Amino acid sequence: MTVTATIRIQQADFDVAQEIAALSKGRTDVGAVVSFSGICRGSEQGEPIAALTLEHYPGMAEAEIARHADEALARWPLQGLTIIHRFGRIAPGENIVLVVTASAHRQAAFEAAEFLMDYLKTNAPFWKREESARGTSWIEAQGQDDAAAARWTKS
Amino acid sequence: MKLKYFAWVRERIGKAEEIVEPPAEVRTVGELIGWLAARDDGYAHAFEKPTVIRAAIDHAHVKSDAVISGAREIAFFPPMTGG
Repeated sequence: MTVTATIRIQQADFDVAQEIAALSKGRTDVGAVVSFSGICRGSEQGEPIAALTLEHYPGMAEAEIARHADEALARWPLQGLTIIHRFGRIAPGENIVLVVTASAHRQAAFEAAEFLMDYLKTNAPFWKREESARGTSWIEAQGQDDAAAARWTKS
Repeated sequence: MKLKYFAWVRERIGKAEEIVEPPAEVRTVGELIGWLAARDDGYAHAFEKPTVIRAAIDHAHVKSDAVISGAREIAFFPPMTGG
């Protein structure tokens, strides 16, 4: 059976439990579900923040995530895959991103989820701006995120 | 061709998108950055560190030596910080 990834780019929040259930409920072929949730922290580098605002590139965000979803489906034996990324203003404690992978065994589910998050960080066209008492500023990309994505490149 | 700008590139240039007709000698993404940077102070500020700028042609990431002929939409933006 061909597995199709569910990809959503949305302003609204999502329900993590509901998304996990959608990949596993009523199925007997799924032995492992891994979910990663990215959540807005209340501080950046020790400074409290009021909110993050995520800007994105409509069209390319969907295309880029779909490319990486296809690669994950080709590299690991997954039975289900859901990726949700929010945009707009997000307050501390709220969800930003969700990756859910379902497989017969845990290793594929763990690895595919980590691969997808590493690539989303460095390749999906989203930009975070933080609001704090000192005003607003764009969050800078981290070199360690590039290194994390690079380790999945086949040598 | 249509150009799109995001995050601080958009803020420094002062617009989210525009239509441009670069001269024929502007062949690559890197040359387009150089051509845009010479337009005014806002563009110069946005492109002051060309190696930091990321580009996409028709929704796919490209490097600065990518050829722009035939492109419908070219986007310029800072390194991504999603996830």
